Amino acid sequence: MSTLLYLIPVALFLGGLALVAFLWALRSGQYEDLDGAGERILIDDEEPGKRATPKHR
Amino acid sequence: MSCCAPGAEFDATQAAIPSDEELLLASRSLGNGKRQVELALPAVHCAACIQTVEHALCDLPGVEAARVNLSTKRVSVKWRDGQLPPITSTLTRLGYAPNLFDEAIAGRDGTMSDLLRAVAVSGFAAGNIMLLSVSVWSGAEGATRDLFHWVSALIALPALFYAGGIFYRSAWSALSHGRMNMDVPIAIGVTLAYAMSLYETINHGSHAYFDASVTLLFFLLIGRTLDHMMRDRAREAVIGLARLAPRGALVVSEDGARDYRPVEEIQPGMRVLIAAGERIPVDGRVLDGRSDLDRSVVTGESAPVLIAKGDMVQAGTLNLTGPLTLEATSTATSSFLAEMIRMLEAAEGGRARYRRIAERVSALYAPVVHLTAFVTFLGWMAYGGDWHQALTIAIAVLIITCPCALGLAVPIVQVVAARRLFEAGVMVKDGSAMERLAEADAVVFDKTGTLTLGRPRLVGAERIDPAVLGLAGSLAAHSRHPLSLAIAAETGGDATRFDDVTEQPGYGVEGRADGHVWRLGRAAWATGAKGDGTVLARDGVEVARFEFEDRLRAGARDTVAEAERTIGPVEMLSGDSEAACARVAASLDIERFRCGMLPADKVARLTELSLSGHRVLMVGDGLNDAPALGAAHVSMAPASAAEVGRNAADFVFLRESLAAVPLARDIAVRAGRLIRQNIAIAIVYNAIAVPIAILGYVTPLIAAIAMSASSIIVIANALRLSPSREAKAETAQTGTVVRATRPA
Repeated sequence: MSTLLYLIPVALFLGGLALVAFLWALRSGQYEDLDGAGERILIDDEEPGKRATPKHR
Repeated sequence: MSCCAPGAEFDATQAAIPSDEELLLASRSLGNGKRQVELALPAVHCAACIQTVEHALCDLPGVEAARVNLSTKRVSVKWRDGQLPPITSTLTRLGYAPNLFDEAIAGRDGTMSDLLRAVAVSGFAAGNIMLLSVSVWSGAEGATRDLFHWVSALIALPALFYAGGIFYRSAWSALSHGRMNMDVPIAIGVTLAYAMSLYETINHGSHAYFDASVTLLFFLLIGRTLDHMMRDRAREAVIGLARLAPRGALVVSEDGARDYRPVEEIQPGMRVLIAAGERIPVDGRVLDGRSDLDRSVVTGESAPVLIAKGDMVQAGTLNLTGPLTLEATSTATSSFLAEMIRMLEAAEGGRARYRRIAERVSALYAPVVHLTAFVTFLGWMAYGGDWHQALTIAIAVLIITCPCALGLAVPIVQVVAARRLFEAGVMVKDGSAMERLAEADAVVFDKTGTLTLGRPRLVGAERIDPAVLGLAGSLAAHSRHPLSLAIAAETGGDATRFDDVTEQPGYGVEGRADGHVWRLGRAAWATGAKGDGTVLARDGVEVARFEFEDRLRAGARDTVAEAERTIGPVEMLSGDSEAACARVAASLDIERFRCGMLPADKVARLTELSLSGHRVLMVGDGLNDAPALGAAHVSMAPASAAEVGRNAADFVFLRESLAAVPLARDIAVRAGRLIRQNIAIAIVYNAIAVPIAILGYVTPLIAAIAMSASSIIVIANALRLSPSREAKAETAQTGTVVRATRPA
């Protein structure tokens, strides 16, 4: 019984962390362009100076 | 070379590229000395496209950032105020013709992120409560069980408020309008399950349904989110297509100053300048200039019309060859375009009366379920007299019948079907369109722009001397007239061979080479003698004569034959001349056709057909078809259609081939079959589960297993909607052909 007293909060906290991480990702626009994100890994960062800046909104 | 073939996937539209003034009008100031604009780029579809576009735009002077969104096929460009960078011309040069879209229609209403958030919250709650419930089912007793129940109650409460809010609002709005929808039994079931479980928890009871109420919300929200995602995607693909109505026009004021004004500000009496290649913004009278006018989108006539001083022009038509000065005779809101929109709204009555399958089922389902639960309560009261036991069993009936499978049965099939259509280049507006398409039993086609491409093609080119044809092509390359474009397309002429090339609006093109004057255009003008047709003349002597025909859309013949076989009688309605209609009808084996029809005539014909008991599928593209598209039981439009038509149509197909029509019909019919199967499965499930619940044998464990199992069966059944073998082969085939003929 006493183990439950800290195991349940720990489980809930970890789950809550995942939820917060998802909500943060949603808010920072990471779900705005799912197809683009998949394709962009194929693009090399050849010009470190001037390149498209990620859009956050 | 990359994997990309810009424009290959899409029906080429003859729309003008937005001018810099339009772009500026569409952009918005970010406040800190920067401006931003969003452009639709229908042609981007891979990493190389993203890179090409972003690099080219970022290299322009003044551009701060450019970001392509591949999902919505848009690019957002930020630049420093002042000089407008050449955005549109750069994109056009790269082969990604940009389109402006209406921010108001495109505006993200935020529903999608609300739904995703609700899914996340209910998913979190469902997962954690399920863990606690499993412990209870595996034998947690006494104080431990109470603790688990209390924790579950705490987690479920915010999920119920946040994720359940979507259902509560929808149920409330249905009830307050005196209607019934699937959300009403869901909302009641979930709430009662929670209330009873809370009561049980307080009284140290053994059965709590927190897991049932939250997993139910979770499953239903997944279905709803997928549904919304599909519709969003289709809508974004459609609004990203070229606009046919310009946003503004160059207005000349009394003192001669020129000012680019939004269309809404143009008043009757104002003088407007229209360059060659632009669309007419408002109805007007020509004050000065002569030109050829492409009126196909308005009237359905495929041949361009010669206009000169004093002629009336209609909004939406395309000015082809010469600059014009117009006097506006109406405002944008009272123009031909606006008139079409009004007719469209008036015509949409029939479709609004259609009730979706899910609505019809839920209108029956909810009362039956609630009545069953109530009778169960009364029965147990009469039998045992213990109100607590009677109420518990009645609520268990409600939970077990909560339309989890039924709520998923329809949307999940429609999501899968929309996905299949999307892969085939067909956008569907909503699920009800698919249900209506499956019911269609007659087809009406428009001619120009639908059965044909509305673009002329040179015929008999092999009879003309190739050297002469080459000369004609070189001259034709200087003009935007559709006949010139047709000649140039056939020969791929080299535009540098002639000097002093001038275009005589309404007549043709003139150029000099090797001391001779060559003219390509109307026979009477080119040769100086009487005559008809299009000729190439050297120093006034006819050298070659050109014949044209409107090209049929790919797959038109097969589509008509297949539609006749699988859907019903096929009819063609056109605004074009009798001769042109008869020719097309003969080549497509269409027996019934009507020509010279005005927009109102088309609507009247559709009404006539529907009164005689037909459910008509209308396929059309022009502005003049828009009211008919609205009046039909279900409608389809190609991507090249006028925006009004595209917005009115239930389906929009992006590829050139008309094969999209039978394909969409096939998928709609199979989807309809699966929906009925799914509803049958849900009913069978209820037939088994409800008696068990009424007899009082349902525990939370049984409820959880029964609900999950029925949902999974329904989803698995929906996934059977795979492309049929022929459709697959056809898509693969057209895919290769399209890619092989990509423009250089």
